[in-house]
Amino acid sequence: MARSTPEIPNASMADIAFLLLTFFLVTTTIANDRGLSIQLPPPPEANPPEDVKVQERNMFKIQINSSDALLVEGEPMSDVAVLREQIEKFIQNGGVDPASSDSPEKAIVSFKSDRGTTHRRFIEILDIIQGAYYDIYAKRAGVTNAKWREISSDLSTADNQKLYDKGRGKRPDGTVEYPMNLSIAEPTKVGN
Amino acid sequence: MGKFKGKIKPKQEIPTSSMPDVVFMLLFFFMVTTQLRETTIDVQQRIPEATQMRKLLRKSLVTNLYIGEPRKLEQYGKEPKIQVDDQFIEPKDIILWVSRQRDLLPENERDQMTVSLKVDKESKRGIIADVESELRKANARKLLYTTLARKVEE
Repeated sequence: MARSTPEIPNASMADIAFLLLTFFLVTTTIANDRGLSIQLPPPPEANPPEDVKVQERNMFKIQINSSDALLVEGEPMSDVAVLREQIEKFIQNGGVDPASSDSPEKAIVSFKSDRGTTHRRFIEILDIIQGAYYDIYAKRAGVTNAKWREISSDLSTADNQKLYDKGRGKRPDGTVEYPMNLSIAEPTKVGN
Repeated sequence: MGKFKGKIKPKQEIPTSSMPDVVFMLLFFFMVTTQLRETTIDVQQRIPEATQMRKLLRKSLVTNLYIGEPRKLEQYGKEPKIQVDDQFIEPKDIILWVSRQRDLLPENERDQMTVSLKVDKESKRGIIADVESELRKANARKLLYTTLARKVEE
């Protein structure tokens, strides 16, 4: 008479489904907020163009033309593999080589493109330049490059701020020994 | 007393056997309708690759600007376009757009606004430089060129 019918316990089914539901609700945002971060210079009106004389030796010139060909310090370069090392050497020269920079603080990497340069090429070179700087910073702070980028993205903790200042060589007066002097010039108008 | 004996108490429980079905239905509804982006991007987005990426921690401070060839070539032509929100804009409209975006942020965080440039890799520098000079004028100087990760041996 009172015979128990065999049943699969389905009380927890709702919980499982709710869990799935919550999972989907939470995870459906694309995490595509990663990229190369730069800071634009202030608007041109704000500071009138004064002729700042930069010594030739303190400028590392990188140019890309409208057909994506690369010119580094006046020399055509087809293989970018050595560029990163060259930039690092240039920044850290410290007045040793008379043709290279006086000090990391004075060293400027000038990056000029053309209106016809593709974004792909631009990003490729920007990546190399920033990589060179991050390598130097990371080495000085005693962390890996990836760790450095993580630190510099999140300066909310005191530890990170400390390492960040150490990497960039922040002096007590607020100036930085190794500033990222990356000058992205207005593109030339050959292409386009 | 005896007359109460035969009375069958009605069940007090809410039937839960259909609950999973209801929840699954909700689940499917969300799975199907969840759009991953708020806006439909009408320009090509072949994002370039890089290695030295940094992450933006405060998503709420990021506004997106898309540049690339229009997807509907026959309608908009082949020239790369700038898209914000759900419309194409010209470089001259950027200042206005930036100030609108800035108004959406809390007052104390307005200077930290970051513009994320999602640019198709075959776009030319020219249009990007135009956008950048407008952004400078609008004083939105924090930029991020969105890139994908390139696999590289460290």
